[in-house]
Formats: sequence, C-alpha cells, structure tokens
Amino acid sequence: MLLKELSEAIGVSGNEEKVRKIIEEYVKPHVDKVSVDSIGNLIAFKQGDGSYSLKVMLAAHMDEIGLMVTYINEKGYLHFRPVGGVDERILPGKRVLVGDKAIPGVIGLKPIHLLREEERSQVAPVESLVIDIGASDKSSAEKMVKVGDYATFDVAFQELGARRVKGKAFDDRAGCAVLAELVKERYPFDLYAVFTVQEEVGLRGAKVAAYAIEPDAAFSIEGTVADDLPKEKDVSPTARLGHGPAITIMDRTFVAFHPLVRLLVETAEAEGIPYQFKQPLVGGTDSGAIHLTKKGVPSATVAVPCRYIHSPASILSLDDFENTIRLMEAALKRLKPEHLRVE
Amino acid sequence: MIELIRTLTETYGPAGNETRIRQVLRDMVKGKVDELKVDALGNLIALRKGKGGRKVMLAAHMDEIGIVVNYVDEKGFLRFSALGGVFPHTLLGNRVEFENGVVGVIGVEKLESPDKVPTFDKLYIDVGAESREDCPVKVGDIGVFSRPLIAQGQRLIAKAFDDRIGCAVLVKLLEEIGDCEHDLYIVFTVQEELGLRGAVTSAYGIAPDVGIAVDVTRTGDTPEAPKMAVALGKGPAVKVKDARMISHPGVRQALIRAAEQNGIPYQLEVLEGGTTDAAAIQLTREGIPTGVISIPCRYIHTPSEMVDLRDVENAVRLLLAYLSSKELTE
Amino acid sequence: MNTFEVLKKLSEAPGVAGNESGVSQIVAEEFKKYVDELRTDALGNVIGLKKGTGPSSRRIMLAAHMDEIGLMVSEIEKGFIRFTTVGGIDDRILLGQEVIVHGLKPLPGIIASKPPHLLSPEERKKVTPKDQLFVDVGLPEEEVKALVRVGDFISFAAKCVRLQGDMASGKAFDDRASVAALVCCLEHLSQMKHRWDVYAVATSQEEMGLRGAVVSAYGIAPDLAIAIDVGFGDSLGLSDAETIKVGKGPAIAIGPNFHPALRETLVKIAQELEIPYQTEAIPGPSGTDAWAIQVSREGVPTALLSIPLRYMHTPVETLSLKDIERTGLLLAHFISRLEKFPPE
Repeated sequence: MLLKELSEAIGVSGNEEKVRKIIEEYVKPHVDKVSVDSIGNLIAFKQGDGSYSLKVMLAAHMDEIGLMVTYINEKGYLHFRPVGGVDERILPGKRVLVGDKAIPGVIGLKPIHLLREEERSQVAPVESLVIDIGASDKSSAEKMVKVGDYATFDVAFQELGARRVKGKAFDDRAGCAVLAELVKERYPFDLYAVFTVQEEVGLRGAKVAAYAIEPDAAFSIEGTVADDLPKEKDVSPTARLGHGPAITIMDRTFVAFHPLVRLLVETAEAEGIPYQFKQPLVGGTDSGAIHLTKKGVPSATVAVPCRYIHSPASILSLDDFENTIRLMEAALKRLKPEHLRVE
Repeated sequence: MIELIRTLTETYGPAGNETRIRQVLRDMVKGKVDELKVDALGNLIALRKGKGGRKVMLAAHMDEIGIVVNYVDEKGFLRFSALGGVFPHTLLGNRVEFENGVVGVIGVEKLESPDKVPTFDKLYIDVGAESREDCPVKVGDIGVFSRPLIAQGQRLIAKAFDDRIGCAVLVKLLEEIGDCEHDLYIVFTVQEELGLRGAVTSAYGIAPDVGIAVDVTRTGDTPEAPKMAVALGKGPAVKVKDARMISHPGVRQALIRAAEQNGIPYQLEVLEGGTTDAAAIQLTREGIPTGVISIPCRYIHTPSEMVDLRDVENAVRLLLAYLSSKELTE
Repeated sequence: MNTFEVLKKLSEAPGVAGNESGVSQIVAEEFKKYVDELRTDALGNVIGLKKGTGPSSRRIMLAAHMDEIGLMVSEIEKGFIRFTTVGGIDDRILLGQEVIVHGLKPLPGIIASKPPHLLSPEERKKVTPKDQLFVDVGLPEEEVKALVRVGDFISFAAKCVRLQGDMASGKAFDDRASVAALVCCLEHLSQMKHRWDVYAVATSQEEMGLRGAVVSAYGIAPDLAIAIDVGFGDSLGLSDAETIKVGKGPAIAIGPNFHPALRETLVKIAQELEIPYQTEAIPGPSGTDAWAIQVSREGVPTALLSIPLRYMHTPVETLSLKDIERTGLLLAHFISRLEKFPPE
C-alpha cells in the first residue's frame, strides 16, 4: 500500500529525498515526464487529451514536520530544535529516528519522582530536552550522527479496523498518495502533478514550482485537521472523520477561487460523493503560495481529514481517502475554461 | 463627493468576496478609462492612457474587514472568526450584515467582568434563527459592519473608510484629471486586509515604473492617543515609513514638492503598526519606486471610522499635482 | 586590502534600512576597484558585476546586507525629538547612546530621559521604554524645527575600534562585516580565474524584512547564490548549543534553506584549503537574505556563510578580523573552481 510506504518514509522539510524516490518510482509509468527542480520538488507532467489548452497544477507536499540536531554535547546527548510546527507538548518520552541511517533514539526526561510540583503541570521547553541515542560521549555520538541531521518520530503504519488507519505524516503523505493515483488518468488539459518540498516551513517548494509552471489553475491536496473529539460546547470540529473530503472556502493563506469551489461541490453532489467544508480561516496550504504567483492563479484546496496531525500518530478514514481521489478525479474531468473566470 | 463616498462605504465588499463593490466601482469608472479588466484574484484594473510618459500604478483596496461564519450550531446561532483586523471590543452589542441582507447581532456567552473584553470563542451571532435548518446564513458566509454614513460638517463617519475613501479619491481623480502625460493604471485591489494579496498579483501583471497606494493612516490627535504626528484636517499624509515599508525617497520628495508648489496642506507620516498595498508593490519584480498618500482616519477598523472631507479633497488635488509633473521621482 | 580599514569605513558610515546612501557610496568605492559594472537598483541595492571567462554566462550572486538598524524621527516636541525604531532595536541599549540625526544637515545628539535622581527605586530597575526617551541635539526649538522633520533617519554614532589580538568592535558589523568579506573575495578573484559571472550585492533593507534581497535576486536571476551574514558568537549568557565560536572561521549553515550539494562543496573546499569553518544548524527560516533568494523566481540553490559576532544589534558588535578574511578566501576559491552545478 502506497500510503503505508509513504507514511513510514522519513522526509522532514529540507530532506525529502526518500519520499521523492518512492513517489517517482510509483508515478513514472503513468506520466509523460518527471523532473526535479533546484529546491527538490518532484514534477510529474502528463499531457492532456487536447480538449483545452490549459495547464493545471496539482500540489501535495512531501515534507513532514520533525526535528533537527543542532548540537552534540560532551556526554553524547543531541540537542535539537523543531522543524515546522511541532507541538512541544508531545515531545517527551517519544522514540525517534535520527539521520540518514535512521539511528534510533529517545527523547528522555526527568522522572516524575524528581519533579518539583510546579514542573509537573508545565510543558518542558524544547531547549531543555535532548535525544539520547545511547552514546557514551560526544565522539562516539559523532560516529553515528552529525549536527544538521534530521529526526522523525518512529511510528509504524497500522490498520485499526473500521476502515481506519494510524500512522505519522499523513499531513501530507495522504495528499501525495491521492495525487499519485490521480496521475493515472488522462485529463482534458495538461496536468502538472507537483510533489512539493518545504511546505511546513513556509510553502516554499510550491512557490517556485508555480512560478516555473505558470498554471492556469491549481489544486492543493492536503491532510487536514479533524478536531471531532468530544467537546464541552457546540462548536466547529474543523472537519469530521468519515464525512468525506474537506473543501476549503478560505484559510489563513488564501481565499479559494469561488467557481472552483462550486465545481467541487457540484461534482460531489452529482457523483454522490460525501463532502464537507473545512472550518474557514484555519491552517494554510500550498495554495497560499500558488495563488499569488505572477498575475495570480485560481486555486482550491481539498483535504483528507486526519485526527492528531502534527503529532507522531494521526488517524484517517480510508473511505475519506478514497472519496478524495474520486472527487478530485471527477472534478478534474469536468473542469472547463469557464471555471477559471472571475464572476 | 459625499454621495460618492456614501455609496462606496455602504456597499458590501469584505475581503474575499468583493463582487458587489467591484460592480459599483466598475460602473463609476466606466467611460472614463480606455481599458477595464478583472484579473484572476478579482482586482479591478482600469487603464487611462497617457502621452507616452511613465506607467503609474495607483492602488486603493476595495475590500473591507469582516467576520466569517465558521459554524452554525444546532439552535441556529453562528460562531465566527475575524476576517482581517477585527477586534472583539468593537463587536459587542454591534450588528453585522451578510451579502443576502440578513442582519445579525453579536452576543456574548456570559460577561465574566465588565472590565474584560471577551475573546472570539465566547462570542456568537444571533440572526434570529430557531434552528440550524432554518438559519439563513451558512458556514463560509461573511458579515460586515452594518452602518450608514453620517456627514457632520467637514467630518464624515462611516464603516470601511479603510479603504473605500482611497477608492473615492481615485474615482474622483479620474473625473477631474484632464490630459495626462502618464499611463495611469488605477487598481482597486482585493484582499488587502488578508495580507496585500491583490496588490501582489496586480503589480506583477502591470509591472509599473512607479507605484502609489492611497490608503488611510492613524492619527495622534485624540485624547491620550499613542504619539503620532498626524492629525485630522491637516491635509493628506505623505508616508515615510510604516511597519513593513519605507517609501522610496524620490517618490516621497516628488509628492512633497507637488504639495508645496501648489499650496496643498500635507503632513509627514511615520506609522508604528500596519501597512498598505505599497509594501507589496515595492517588492514586485526588480523593485518599484513606491510611495503612499494617506488619508488621516480616526478609529480605524471599527464600525465608526472618521475622516475629514478636506483631507480627502486635498488628497485628490495632491495626486493631480503630482501626476501633472513629467518627473515622478526626484 | 587592509581588512580593518575597510571594515572601519563601512562600519562608521550611516545607512539605516531604507536610507543606505551613506554606506552605499563607500561600498561603491570599494567594489569599483574590482568589478566590470556597477549599478544601484530601485530599492538601493548596490550590484557589482565581475565578469567570468565563460564560456557559458552562468551567474552566482553573493549577498551581504549593508543596511543597519537605527531610529527615525516620529515627532518633535518642544525641541526634543521623539523617535521610532527601524529594525530590531534592543530598548536596553538606547539610553545615553550617541546618535546622528540626518536632518537638513547631520546633527549630533544623545538619547536622553529623566535623570536617575528623579526616578523611583522601581523605575531604576526597569528598562526605560522608547516612548519615554528622546533625542536631544542641543539646539533651540526653532532651530530644531527648521532642521529636522518627521521621517528623518537617525543613526548610531559609534567608532570602530581595534581590540586585543585580531578582534574589532563597532556598529553595523551586522552585516557590513560580510560586505567587507565580499570586498576581500573580489580582491582575491582579481588575481584568480573564474568562469562564472559574479554579482556582488550589498543589499538594502534586510532589517525591514529582506526587502533588498527579494528584488535584487529577481533582477539578477542567478543560477547559484551565497548569502553572507553574521551569526551569534559565543558570549556571556549564551550556551555552546546556541552559538558559534568567534575566531574559528565562518559557519557553513545546514537546514532547509540551503542546497545540500552547494553546502557540501563549500565544506570540501574549506577542508582542502584548511580554512577553519564551523557548522550551524538552522532548522527553519534563517532570517537572512538567503531565505528570500532561495525562492526567487524558479528557485535558486542557496548557501549561507555566517561570521561569528558578539553583542548583535548593539553599537559594540565584536568579531575577529580573521573570520572576515577566511570568509572572503573561501568564497573566492569556491567561485574560481565553479564549473558545473550541481556537480556530477
């Protein structure tokens, strides 16, 4: 299963090579050309059937949040800093894999017995934490890892039953897996499926890819927040697991192009695919960079809802995942030049 | 001029949904320009051709701040988020209006203390619905402040002077300008309040030689206001610096010269917070000499912003004087 | 070149972000000795082109920012000047600082506040916020009004001095130390052969948000870029984990902002030539011109060299002159060896 392989691959922002290799191998037989640009984006090009002379860009980001080793101290512990928006609450007591050789390590902490009362209720700041790879001192640690090495959480992909799966980095390997299926079809326009880098540190891969491609329209495919836990109040769950792909109206980084949102909704209704709207103004995606490219690009975002993103283990519904593929495939086939006009 | 300003401020047009205000502006400038188009983000771009001078981009943003509905609860109450710089203290007891004309009242769950402003998660909108099913507003709908314009002597009070007053200045400029040396690209931008987005793409598309934004600025002339050397009624302000940009010294000087040679009152502006479309225009392509003319405005981003009509008229005069010169930078 | 003399000239010139004309003249004078073309763009970036021997006309951009943090006149009150800050100013260092107000003519002034005798014991322990400070230029109110306007820039007046050994101290070493390294690199290159066209850029408005780098990178459209900036040197109150060591050579940065092959090439050359270097891991936004240049147009493979610096953003920034020279030397050798990129 591609999703499993992608979820377990290590690819923190700035070091996406392993993920890129898996995807490249998977999509190559289905597209006309693949290339890698200077920042590391993987661009798969598939010529259209000639109906419209349009360029449509699809983007899903390969990178995941993680950690970077910034200093190795005399005792052989690794000091680190987060890469991207890591929730500091979740760091202590986690297993990690460090560097290209995936050296196992743990994020250790003071045992509860020795904590002062006020320390128990406080989140340990990241500066106070270290990764322990079991090295006896600096020089033995330096044989295994070096400053600048990335680390990710050591989490296995798992099927939970009820068509739900658990794993790390569904944000946005779920989107990558969706995109990898979408390129199997031929569409009435030229397709540029871009597996972007460095989304988590500021939408940087998408920015340069969109500049180079100059698309007429763009869709980002994401793994997004499902906050459907029990709540005290009747307020938005952002998105719900099992309720279909989440369509963005607007988020922190862009306002979705209205005619494209309508296309997605009409497609879902015509094809009987469940869908939901994501809570407005939450999060951001590659569309934020793409839509501001050159003279502007009509853009939209569709996401697979995932619980607990930006933590070591998130959960998604395979029904949502498959419905995202169905929705995007059907919508792309219906896309016409008139969907790109401002009303 | 007041009627023009009234129409502009009272028209619905929040960031991300500028369709209606764009239509109003389109009707206002139609017939006064040589070309009129809308780009992929929704910016309205009007070109008035000159006689072979420079390409000048004049930008005022047509979007206004608002609130976005993010949830409709079972009983038909709306939860919402701020669209742009909206603050809870301006919302309590206030009314918002949606595109379909529905008006909602802002309520608070319970007031913990009269001295403390509640946060957004404690606020909701009541449109009088009895259930989720009969609620006339849905997730993603945008509400704006519901306020008519009031003219009191030279002082005007309305919502959305930021930046419909800039739009009014540019519409008026088109009415009054005769022959001009330069190609004028008058741009009514979108989504300024969400991060200068419309200015980014329109400036790229136009690739102007010079950029000027017309927007509002804060004043320091109210009781115990944070220090600032700009006052209402003392003339339009020529921006030196704000939080994101420093105006091109040559453009700034040319604006000052235009004001001084024509006896137009003006002020110099150093703004601590906030910025304008000019910050984005300046960074376009290889960099564009860019300046800003600001209309002094009290109570920005509240339902009752206040400007002085004389400042508005003098801003039009200043632009006319500036554009009549062959040299737009010094 | 005499590194200290060049650094001193650069350091002592005024050039607050947005008003770099004072320092840009000095930069132009220094660049002119070595480059084939020189221009200033719309945002005030000084761009020198030193042509390569070809055959292809590939371009490498070297960027070091010449702007400095400073102040700006916000209001004039009874002849005293209130100010706002330009760039990241530490309020703690303001009181008692000597400055120059760039009015109709340059006016020396000092940053003043209520004298300590009139402060309550609690007030004495608190940093005086900038809205309670003002610049006194010692002139009568009418003269101040005639000479100074809202929006005039104010720069720090600090002498650049030699300390013991090869250490020096002064203002605006962030990032004119790197401009000095650029000059040093150009001087080496004038004695070396290089195939690529070299664009040496002293960027403007870095302290306002990398603004000069954004437009100059767009204009040059380089095939490769190296930004040179200062990094936190080991000093009082900072742990080894968060600093690089002054006097131990430039740091070659690693992280998402930097192209791995470009970085590795720099490391290899430093090792071969035995130029001391350090490693600086930057897990996210580097906050330097490199951050802007990397995503210019279709993307630019970018690296960052950091010169270790103590007391950043104060008028007594302190560094090792050797680190500047090593940075210039490493850059020159990298450029002279440059053929294909990425290397095969």
